[in-house]
Amino acid sequence: MLRQSIENLGNRTIQVVWRIGFATRFFLATLLHSGTAFRRFGLTIREMYFSGVLSLIIILVSGLFVGMVLALQGYETLQTYGSEEALGILVALSLVRELGPVVAALLFASRAGSAITAEIGLMKATEQLSAMEMMAVDPIARVVAPRFWAGVISMPLLAALFSAMGIFGGYLVGVQLIGVDEGAFWSQMQSAVDFEQDILNGVIKSVVFGVAITAIALFEGYDAPPTAEGVSGATTRTVVTSSLAVLALDFVLTAFMFRGIS
Amino acid sequence: MQHDNLVEIEDVAFGYGARPVLKGINLTARRGQVIAIMGSSGCGKTTLLRLIGGQLKPGQGTVRVAGESLGDLDQAGLYRLRRKMGMLFQFGALFTDISVFDNVAFQLREHTDLPEDAIRDLVLMKLHAVGLRGAAHLMPAELSGGMARRVALARAIALDPMLVMYDEPFAGLDPISLGVTGNLIRRLTDTLGLTSLVVTHDVQESLKIVDYVYFVSEGVIVAEGTADEIRNSELPYVHQFVHGEADGPVPFHYPAPSYADDLRLRGKGA
Repeated sequence: MLRQSIENLGNRTIQVVWRIGFATRFFLATLLHSGTAFRRFGLTIREMYFSGVLSLIIILVSGLFVGMVLALQGYETLQTYGSEEALGILVALSLVRELGPVVAALLFASRAGSAITAEIGLMKATEQLSAMEMMAVDPIARVVAPRFWAGVISMPLLAALFSAMGIFGGYLVGVQLIGVDEGAFWSQMQSAVDFEQDILNGVIKSVVFGVAITAIALFEGYDAPPTAEGVSGATTRTVVTSSLAVLALDFVLTAFMFRGIS
Repeated sequence: MQHDNLVEIEDVAFGYGARPVLKGINLTARRGQVIAIMGSSGCGKTTLLRLIGGQLKPGQGTVRVAGESLGDLDQAGLYRLRRKMGMLFQFGALFTDISVFDNVAFQLREHTDLPEDAIRDLVLMKLHAVGLRGAAHLMPAELSGGMARRVALARAIALDPMLVMYDEPFAGLDPISLGVTGNLIRRLTDTLGLTSLVVTHDVQESLKIVDYVYFVSEGVIVAEGTADEIRNSELPYVHQFVHGEADGPVPFHYPAPSYADDLRLRGKGA
């Protein structure tokens, strides 16, 4: 009984360590074989359409509503202290520093990440990746790397659009609906938002999230058992793992970026 | 000098983890012939094809294709050799996001600098050879199983390979598609000067077209010979296989405890 438990524990540990090793090798191979993704940039652009452009609707609509809710909630609190004009700052900083990169990344993980995993997993299950190998075409270079770079490039663009749409939503509710002074809304936002400290850090965050989500999605698809159950499990794991990775990375990055800023 | 044997497999053993699949296989495929590898499901036929394609590495023994030992090749060498091989997967393995035309053009675009006009002509010629020139614009989802396999065959011969491997080309086909596929394999082998390796368990269809047959069972070659020799073989395993008998050296029942014990019949009367 005890021996069985120890054996099981050992087996699990070996499996976990093996999987981490495989994931690392897979990630390094993707970076190493990225030449094709840039030499034949058309391949990457095609994938940007699938993971980026097709995610636009959900990103833009979510951004609009998040900005509108932020303005409503922010106004409630700010007017208690008589500083409704700071609404622009609140909306913009919340979006470009945190909500833009994080919420866009979570949406990207569930919309594009799951699609990438399912596609790669099914390509493996239907032997398309094997067929490619037999045609002397490396699937890592031809299939994985363009999708990886497409995700890394799309993510900050989507986050930026999310933030822009959110600010517009905040403007609609704050200025047009509630009646906050338009000049104060924009000018306070302009003076308070720092390019390097806020915008650039937001972009860095979203690039890191893009790397994490796309790498996890591609690995899960590539490693998925070639069955219906295997692919569905891998898709679920992609959404769960990459969402948790985004939240954990966000905490670490925020701790480093905004240390000592009041 | 051209080597007479295109594929030479010597004493090859392979296992998945601790489970041995092949236990010392010897096999040769002469140029210009259609060779069948037969055996019941799960006997390691597909594994053998993957070893010849270099997708798996043998635990023991050597696999040589066109005189080159696959074990000695690095990835670049292996890919160079694979350009001279075509493989037809069991269900075609067509790329589902691109059209029939683009599937057949895939290798030409990846491995050559041919202008698009020339690629178009070559693709239409290959599709014409399998009778599907008119289906060039269709997507793989619009094809029947037999058509998908013929498109995959056109794709496999796109670069005029010297060796084409077929993994269960007859599985799940209607009688007409069965005959069409069999004839295509024979005709393409003869007209293009290919060597074909057909992994199958469809005895009747494959014996019509092959030059030589290898029978694999429990990881070893148990019989080999020409189509006629196989048809007339008295070896119990081959006889059972060729005549489709339910019981014989390959038992009908998977190993199990005694039937009476399993149904808890013993002691009931006591």
